[in-house]
Amino acid sequence: MLFGFEWDLSSPLAFALSILPILLIGMWVTIQAAVLGFAVALVLGLVWAVLKAARSRFIAWPASVVTEFIRDTPLLVQLFFLYYVLPEYGIVLPAFMTGALALGIQYSAYTSEVYRAGLEAVAKDQHEAARALNLSAARTFTHIVVPQAVPRIVPAMGNYLVSIMKDVPVLSVVTVLEMLNVAKIVGDRTFDYLVPLSMVGGLYLIMTLVASAGVRLLDGWLPKQGIPLK
Amino acid sequence: MSDPIIKFDKVVKRFGDLTVLDALDFEVMRGEKVSIIGPSGSGKSTVLRILMTLEGIDGGLVTVGGEPLWHEPGPDGLRPASEAHLRKMRAQLGMVFQQFNLFPHMTVLRNITEAPVKVLGLSKADAKLRAEELLERVGLADQAQKYPHQLSGGQQQRVGIARALAMRPSILLFDEPTSALDPELVGEVLNVIGQLAEEHDLTMLLVTHEMRFAREISDRVCFFDQGQIREEGTPEELFSDPNEDRTREFLKAVLD
Repeated sequence: MLFGFEWDLSSPLAFALSILPILLIGMWVTIQAAVLGFAVALVLGLVWAVLKAARSRFIAWPASVVTEFIRDTPLLVQLFFLYYVLPEYGIVLPAFMTGALALGIQYSAYTSEVYRAGLEAVAKDQHEAARALNLSAARTFTHIVVPQAVPRIVPAMGNYLVSIMKDVPVLSVVTVLEMLNVAKIVGDRTFDYLVPLSMVGGLYLIMTLVASAGVRLLDGWLPKQGIPLK
Repeated sequence: MSDPIIKFDKVVKRFGDLTVLDALDFEVMRGEKVSIIGPSGSGKSTVLRILMTLEGIDGGLVTVGGEPLWHEPGPDGLRPASEAHLRKMRAQLGMVFQQFNLFPHMTVLRNITEAPVKVLGLSKADAKLRAEELLERVGLADQAQKYPHQLSGGQQQRVGIARALAMRPSILLFDEPTSALDPELVGEVLNVIGQLAEEHDLTMLLVTHEMRFAREISDRVCFFDQGQIREEGTPEELFSDPNEDRTREFLKAVLD
């Protein structure tokens, strides 16, 4: 029994059906961790991108070093660091929060590059035209640069959303009961790993397909009339 | 035509080790139509880009309408201009770019109305009216709802001209406005510029390789070479009877 659901071992199909609610609870945790982590990555990545684009070297350089460091170290190391080191300094977060934060920090290094590339792809001549027309820097950013950068950014961000979902099982090592961890517990207790793990694979496939379809839908809906996309 | 509306006083511009403008002295009178010709890399476009505040200067003084462009009065004489000063000065100038530089994600109409609404504070209706008049004038009245990529290069450049005019500048800068166009589209753009040249109040500065056109519309032609004005005069003087060998060589090369 797990989460109040009993398993039925009379046949593989009955077993599968009986543990489906358990796995769905795990899947819901997976989705929450991925979405929260992705949200952190989107916001923090934009912060990094802005800092890295700063005119002052004293801002841009440290930001580059930090993101490079994040990108070049394994997610697991960062996760352990947050989970075991922060409490020593009195910062105790629930395992789920720590996990989502670690995912968000790791992926912020990637998303910052996507932002940077998207913003830089808006040609210099667009900035010059806006300046010649005396448009303010803020107006230029929000109405000239961003609308042209977003369609370039969305597909790449979509890939990272799928990617972050697939990294959620790493959180199981700090006791987060995401889908894989739940399936493993079911296997441990029933000595049948084949069915729960196969179901995790299937459910993952559904999740990533839905996420990809969502991104494609968003991408198709975005106005990109005439924007030169490479 | 008494006071110079544009004045370059010993202006120096460098890009790294390269001196693009070498103590340039240059004046344009109010309402004057001046063409700038010369080999590439001679600093022609840089003159326009400095005026449009797209490039700063490394020495000397530029004044527009009698006021320093890249400087403003401070407690101890002139100091480098603030963005607020540049914004104020920029309002007198408009620019037409070689590559048009239209906003690809906006319709033709939005391209023209964006700045009048957001910068000049015109109502959307007034800006639309102004844009429609200008589109009529450049012969694109029926293209307002199209996007730039749906237009030919010549049409795009005419939108570029309308967009610059919508801000009602007293000085209009043309940076090789036909150089990026297919030969058969050059004429339609030159026609529009030619019509503008008949406006008495508008000061025009045109960097171009279209010698015949420069000759037709200009009050004065300046030949730039190595960051200096090598020779200047009426189109007649400069094209028919240049004094300098360097001018003669250049004209011979481009006219043949």
